[in-house]
Amino acid sequence: MTAMGDVKRRRIDELAARAGQVPEGEGGVSLTKSAFRRLRRNPVAITGAVIVVLFLLVAAFAPLLAPKDPLTQYLLSEIRPGTIPGSREGFPLGVDNLGRDLLSRLIVGSRQSLLIGVVSTLLGVVVGMALGVLAGAFGGWVDTVVMRFVDILLSIPGLLMAISISVLLGQNQYALMIAIAVTQVPVFARLLRGSMLAQRDSDYALAARALGIRRSRIVFGHVLPNSLSPVIVQATLSLATAIIEAAALSFLGLGDPDLARPEWGAMLSNAQAFLSIRPELAVYPALCIIVVALGFTLLGESLREALDPKFRR
Amino acid sequence: MQRRPPRVLAAGAAALTAVTLAACASSDRDSGEGEGGGEAQSGGTLVFGAAGDPAMLDPAFGSDGETFRVARQIHEGLLGNELGGTEPVPELAEDYEVSDDGLEYTFNLRQGVQFHDGTDFNAEAVCFNFDRWYNFEGLATSPSASYYYQAVFGGFASTPDTPSIYESCEATDESTAVIRLTQVTSKFPSALALPAFSIQSPEALQQYDADNLSGSEDALSYSEYALEHPTGTGPFRFESWDRGNGEVTIVRNEDYWGEAPALDSIIFRTISDQNTRRQELQAGSIDGYDFVAPADYQSLEDEGFQVLVRDPFNILYLGFNGGNVPGTNANLALQDPRVRQAIAHAIDRETIVNSLLPEGAEAATQFVPPTVDGWAEDVTTYDYDPDRARQLLQEAGAEGTTLRFYYPTEVSRPYLPDPAAMFQVINQNLVDAGFTIEPVALPWNPDYTNAVQAGQADIHLLGWTGDYNDAYNFIGTFFAEQSNNQASAEFGSFSAPEIFAALAEADAEPDPANRTEQYQEANRLIMDYLPGVPISHSPPALVVAENVQGLEPSPLTAEVFSTVSITD
Amino acid sequence: MLRFIVRRLLQLIPILLGLSLLLFAWLRALPGGPAQAALGERATPEAIARYNELFGLDQPLYVQYLRFLGRAVQLDFGNSARTGRAVTEEFFERMPGTIELTLFAMLFAIGVGIPLGYLAARRHGSWLDSTSVIGSLLGVATPVFFLAYLLRLLFAVELGWLPGSGRQEVRIDATRITNFYVLDGLLTREFDAAWDAFLHLVLPGIALGTIPLAIIVRITRASVLDVVNEDYVRTANAKGLATATVRRRHIVRNALLPVSTTIGLQTGLLLSGAVLTETVFAFGGVGSAIFDAIFARDFAVLQGFILMLAVVYVLVNLLVDISYGLLDPRVRVR
Repeated sequence: MTAMGDVKRRRIDELAARAGQVPEGEGGVSLTKSAFRRLRRNPVAITGAVIVVLFLLVAAFAPLLAPKDPLTQYLLSEIRPGTIPGSREGFPLGVDNLGRDLLSRLIVGSRQSLLIGVVSTLLGVVVGMALGVLAGAFGGWVDTVVMRFVDILLSIPGLLMAISISVLLGQNQYALMIAIAVTQVPVFARLLRGSMLAQRDSDYALAARALGIRRSRIVFGHVLPNSLSPVIVQATLSLATAIIEAAALSFLGLGDPDLARPEWGAMLSNAQAFLSIRPELAVYPALCIIVVALGFTLLGESLREALDPKFRR
Repeated sequence: MQRRPPRVLAAGAAALTAVTLAACASSDRDSGEGEGGGEAQSGGTLVFGAAGDPAMLDPAFGSDGETFRVARQIHEGLLGNELGGTEPVPELAEDYEVSDDGLEYTFNLRQGVQFHDGTDFNAEAVCFNFDRWYNFEGLATSPSASYYYQAVFGGFASTPDTPSIYESCEATDESTAVIRLTQVTSKFPSALALPAFSIQSPEALQQYDADNLSGSEDALSYSEYALEHPTGTGPFRFESWDRGNGEVTIVRNEDYWGEAPALDSIIFRTISDQNTRRQELQAGSIDGYDFVAPADYQSLEDEGFQVLVRDPFNILYLGFNGGNVPGTNANLALQDPRVRQAIAHAIDRETIVNSLLPEGAEAATQFVPPTVDGWAEDVTTYDYDPDRARQLLQEAGAEGTTLRFYYPTEVSRPYLPDPAAMFQVINQNLVDAGFTIEPVALPWNPDYTNAVQAGQADIHLLGWTGDYNDAYNFIGTFFAEQSNNQASAEFGSFSAPEIFAALAEADAEPDPANRTEQYQEANRLIMDYLPGVPISHSPPALVVAENVQGLEPSPLTAEVFSTVSITD
Repeated sequence: MLRFIVRRLLQLIPILLGLSLLLFAWLRALPGGPAQAALGERATPEAIARYNELFGLDQPLYVQYLRFLGRAVQLDFGNSARTGRAVTEEFFERMPGTIELTLFAMLFAIGVGIPLGYLAARRHGSWLDSTSVIGSLLGVATPVFFLAYLLRLLFAVELGWLPGSGRQEVRIDATRITNFYVLDGLLTREFDAAWDAFLHLVLPGIALGTIPLAIIVRITRASVLDVVNEDYVRTANAKGLATATVRRRHIVRNALLPVSTTIGLQTGLLLSGAVLTETVFAFGGVGSAIFDAIFARDFAVLQGFILMLAVVYVLVNLLVDISYGLLDPRVRVR
């Protein structure tokens, strides 16, 4: 690809964007590709992407990156009620109220936050998708029933629903993930159904039907894949929500009972008691949550803008 | 048994302190303005931050600290607690005599005392209350309603299967009540200092249908009396209860038989979050609160608040459940004494006491605090020795044993200020010694107390604040025989006939000196058997603003606010 | 219009039915079932049997559901296990506080959010624009309870400007009529009590309003940006209409339509957030009661409160729909 070609493509791209549609075929670029290009030029998207990638890298290599064991209570014997040693040689961010290395706990904690975010979002996507596909593909009374159910789920404020589920399942990390996932289900169900409906009457779906292709093949082979981009956008945004919601549930005492296992939300709510002694114990995990949530939000929003023709001007 | 959360609160500094305090209080009053003319001095309103709402205000149905905290100001019993101490002292009774067989108590009552409704306090009123408790029926006989009556007296008139040790109460004249028991117990008469045995106005009890409980055992709905008209003889009268905002207001009883309190009124305001309580004090919207976090003792002092540290009169322990309890998952490994010893050796009590508990806390060698008669110097001790722990575990062939470790959440107990931190440290100790831990966190009330008492935990954190100065109140509560030669389900229904016998003997021993020796023997037996690891005795604290005078911390956590005043 | 309202009301019925079904299932699924939930874990088998018989839990499921529904319609959710009082009574005692708080939060979010979003859009690309965009992103990403703690630490504890907990200074002995404290103070002419109650709303209200604020800023900004480029605005400008008139009549009015729908949707967020903020600020509303109920495993309260809050949420959205219908005639037809 020459530099010249690049500029040209970009010009076509811009032109296409202004017209509100992207020409497909030989000379043009696919929708996804053009979206990707727009993303690359968007500083907001880059910021988001950098944060997210950094977060993923830290989570992936946490055991290698953490300078100390996150569970060992190194400085416990130096701790007195009301006095927590600050940062020092070997403990750059200091230690928590039980003498564990804060930096290592933050690093390793990224894994738990990522795990909670990803698992609950995936669960939400899968179940929501199943419902949405059911409604979108069949229409008629199936659609009515499923969507009413989704509306009912939507009529319970999110956190309240998560609380109900958590109370039902008891206090453990899986309950936490499921509780968050359930609040995501209706969102994805609506989204999927909406975008499937939009495509059901599209030209290619009509054409496929006219060719006598079975409904299931149309749905799973064409309509569904084409509905995925909004799902990806929403999933990115949901990851941010999930991480914040996990912190809220931890605060409400519905988090992971294994307090030794580092998790940002639990670390944050645990640190409230030491706010006046060592505010950094709360500030660092809070910053981690905020920055990562921000990263996913920035990325998600720019993805949405990139994929939405309305924003292409 | 620790059926319900708090249990009682404690009291106890030395008599010397009490005298000093009285001197202080009176000098404060002298220096105050408007003392002359015999008019009551206007002492303002004290706002005190409580950790929870009272369940209701009829102490006969109370068993938790927040209920008793308020009830103690409104109601009085035949006996009360020594100011700042743990010994029972006369209150509504001026004194009492015991018959030689220890079964008949003659109480000489204070005269000229009136209930808040203007009716007279007399021997008939005393007997009315005793008969009321003995004749409870239906829901009122459930342990969740009348826990303390049952702990001390056993059963009711309506429960012939569970006989009561209460026989009768007779008003021989206006100011003499004779109470007869069917057997001697260490609990009587000390227990009469508990708010649960307060003497309340017979007229008000009847008028507002005090015994009319409804709902179910675990969701009791209380009577109009208990919610709106509690009527005692105490220094304060009940004024109002704003349930939406969790505010109970009590006002000075102008006709109090003793020295009328300086304060016009006290508002107990519920602020369940400990950080919020601290910040509200700092912001000046409350004048004091209970359950100060150990981490805050120093910083609050530095800011000019008075942190009132109570003498430790409690025990925190790690209970074992070796799994004889039907219907629970047994962890038979804990039946091996070596495994129990391994756990005891694995726990670093010194570090726990130094790092997690307030200054003044001490590591426990047994299940009673050292200030209680019956504490034994020569019990078997288990020092921190992880190598020994691993070795014992190896000998028992139990390396890697998985223990379900139960701990409570969102609660602060006088003996356990920060359960989460305590859990994490012990957890790490046990992991280091070669155990595998499966943590289970439950909210304190009711889930945690229920689960633990039902024997669902392998090991669990729990504790106790003494109700009065008697060893049976500690070790009898934990380890007395429940039935069929078995201890409570909380400790895995273990069978240790020697321990049971020693405890029963001591409880029925009328002579205090003999009793002390028998308690010591029981403590030795218990620490040999090791049904759990005693961890610490911790001094809980209250805090009040600089201008609050005269609040005497009680080791029983049974503070009385009648001596409190606010200066400008 | 009437037909539109009636239709929307009718659409409520299946939602409410479904909601009750869901909560019924939830109660059934609790460990030990409803009897244990109501009687506690220590209930004896006899007590459970008695309870089951009393409430017809030995009957077929559909009969049970109908009974449950019958009681729910009469707002009978039993008694709280913690306080022994009727759940409904507690709800109505506490709801006014939550309504006051959410109203304050909403007014704060709207009052600050719309002007800020508008200005940001008008000065597209300026520092004000970037600041409000970044600020609104941060607002959404910050855990509410942490923000609440920070606000309290700063404004109530360190600076001492505002009260940091409760609904009313306890030493003020105010007369209660409606349990809306601000309103009560005004009605009884106890203006100091009203002012005090209002001050108690400020910090929790701001904490609670931050997320809606962030969202409203973003939506307002986006929709103003959209509208400025619409043909009718260009036409109006070209026509030579005064800038102020164009802004008022064309830009603001049209831009507010999408904003008003989001405001309805924010109610759910506010009710969720109230659990966290009320807890941090020890504010005696519905949210802090739910927090307490979680810890006391007070299922009667959880079930009743969640159902009633969901109904409130549905009703608020209905009101928003109806008002939207009034604003935008197109909606009614659809």
